[in-house]
Amino acid sequence: MTERVKLWQALNRALDAEMAADDAVFVLGEDVGLYGGSYRVTEGLYARYGEWRVRDTPISEGSFTGLGVGAALAGARPVVEIMTVNFALLALDAIINMAAKIPFMSGGQFPMPLVVRTPGGVARQLAAQHSQRLEHTLMNVPGLRIVTPATPQDAWWQLRQAIRSDEPIVMLEHELLYFDEGPLDEGLPPPPMHRALVRREGEDLTLLTYLKGVGQSLEAAERLAAEGISVEVIDLRSLRPIDWERCMASLEKTHRLLVVEEDCGFAGAGAELVARLSERAFYLLDAPPRRVAGLDIPTPYNGRLEAATIPQVDDIVQAARELCQA
Amino acid sequence: MERDQLRAMLRDMLLARRFEERAAEEYTKGHIAGFLHLYPGEEAVAVGSLHAAEPSDWIVSTYREHVHAMVRGMSPRAVMAELFGKRTGCSRGMGGSMHLFDRALRFTGGYAIVGETYPVAIGIGYAVAMRGLPEAVLCFFGDGAVNQGTFHESLNMARLWNLPVLFLCENNHYQIGTEIHRHSAVAEVYRRACAYRIPARRIDGMDVLAVYEATREALAQIRAGNGPQLLEFETYRFRGHSMSDAGAYRPRVELEAWQRRDPLAAQPAAEALGYPTQEQIDAAGEDCIGRFCRHLGREGVVAEDELEALRREVDEIVEDSVRFALESPEPDLQDAWDSLYAARGKEVLL
Ligand SMILES: Cc1ncc(C[n+]2csc(CCOP(=O)(O)OP(=O)(O)O)c2C)c(N)n1
Ligand SMILES: [Mg+2]
Repeated sequence: MTERVKLWQALNRALDAEMAADDAVFVLGEDVGLYGGSYRVTEGLYARYGEWRVRDTPISEGSFTGLGVGAALAGARPVVEIMTVNFALLALDAIINMAAKIPFMSGGQFPMPLVVRTPGGVARQLAAQHSQRLEHTLMNVPGLRIVTPATPQDAWWQLRQAIRSDEPIVMLEHELLYFDEGPLDEGLPPPPMHRALVRREGEDLTLLTYLKGVGQSLEAAERLAAEGISVEVIDLRSLRPIDWERCMASLEKTHRLLVVEEDCGFAGAGAELVARLSERAFYLLDAPPRRVAGLDIPTPYNGRLEAATIPQVDDIVQAARELCQA
Repeated sequence: MERDQLRAMLRDMLLARRFEERAAEEYTKGHIAGFLHLYPGEEAVAVGSLHAAEPSDWIVSTYREHVHAMVRGMSPRAVMAELFGKRTGCSRGMGGSMHLFDRALRFTGGYAIVGETYPVAIGIGYAVAMRGLPEAVLCFFGDGAVNQGTFHESLNMARLWNLPVLFLCENNHYQIGTEIHRHSAVAEVYRRACAYRIPARRIDGMDVLAVYEATREALAQIRAGNGPQLLEFETYRFRGHSMSDAGAYRPRVELEAWQRRDPLAAQPAAEALGYPTQEQIDAAGEDCIGRFCRHLGREGVVAEDELEALRREVDEIVEDSVRFALESPEPDLQDAWDSLYAARGKEVLL
């Protein structure tokens, strides 16, 4: 049965379903319990599962994320919510030095069934310390998996898969997507967690993107279609690993590559995508690949400037046009 | 205390309240965006403590810092314009509400990541101590911020190296929606300081004169070379955590009790939860400002008509700041790049 729900509701249902199915699953983070979560993702769970399974924490990101690591070693399945990705910077030791390394350092003895959920991206004038994107930092860490649900259906699928996975997974969410509505069919069988999905088929150009870029790119593709440019929009859904086969299959058809990302262009997610695909598809390409990315500058508070530092639909349309003329 | 200083403190408290209420209005109109953390209820803390500081002292504050900035001497125009994201704002429209800076005033920032003020403060303290200067650092933080590792790490170093830092806890009993007894194993913040042999006291943060006296004494100790001190001010925010939080998790009776500055009356029994209306806030009686007004009236420092004049004066200052902010130009992208690379032109590369 297909319903229409908001993305936060899909996450909420996924948590509820997994907590009901397995009492090793527990959630912790700031204001996740009594308050119901800053973006309502944990709403109602405190009443249903009690304080041991829905734990309100002090502002101690480094240690409560580390607590998640320890609990995972002992067989629990923690879902750590870090209020925003900006505060996850304080938990990088637990995520990178511990969670990503322990399975390896122990010679494969210890699984790490840890999920760290955290919203990021540029929201609405939250200024430089609250507008960051961390994909580049985490993508460079072997041992981690990174998923990026952009639709309620993916939120439902990927959070449940992440909780069931024995690998450490960071789920990057976007602050502006929580209240977006979309279809959800709880019974639909999920594709693999890291599978890239074609959101719109096209012939002239392969557009790779994730999170907020998906909606923007679909809008751009619609406008470009009116000009006779046919864009294939691919939602990566996972930034580590990346579904290279899906990307290659598309490039074999279109011969043109455009990446849309909200993080800063320099050494951002798009840098890896373009580098790797240039290596693999060099002789397939009809034009140099392009990136539409954030400017290499901290996010200004001023609203107009904020918008000027991150990709807008117009920028995507423009870049696609130029790429197809090349 | 001098009459003039008492009046100045009263004026700053009135200005603080008016400014913040006006900022809330402008937020609702859409002129201010993002996170806006307001200070009503807590005025006695910033006003009392900063009036005890010297111009040569340094200030490190949080994201709830408009009032700290203004008491320190930043013009309401520069603060309001920053909230509006204008080029004339104290941070050129780049920082916004949570990131007010003024180098000349030694106001070294509003920091929005909880727990950042301590390391910045001990760093300034280190630079001051290394050069043997008679300056001190005032480091503000909330009750929720003491569970960040930096609190413990910084207190340890401050004591270890005898740094001239005054740690000022604004204990408003909440970390957004989490009440202090649910976030802290030791809810009396000042008691934590003894683990690091730092002298500490708990002060009624609704009493501006008590705040002033305690800060003055602590700063005197620091200037005498005795190293760091910690003061915990018990206070309360009358509004939600920020403009995006209605504060519905707090028992109404608790808020009303704080409004009367009478913690003992707070018996959060079977009271309905909910954010009180303005009428209920007014009906709750006197708060820190009301009490201070009455005190100054009783002592003959400020007569009724003077008080009225002061209120009119701050109204006008705040209105002027709003007009100024509205009329000011927006920054352009070049301002942003200039801000980012400001230091580059002066760089000496060996
Ligand atoms: C490291 C970090 N974690 C979480 C947050 C989100 N956050 C902003 S303010 C706040 C509560 C802080 O409470 P407190 O220190 O008591 O200060 P108050 O807001 O009450 O003045 C939280 C959790 C943050 N800004 N930084
Ligand atoms: Mg607090």
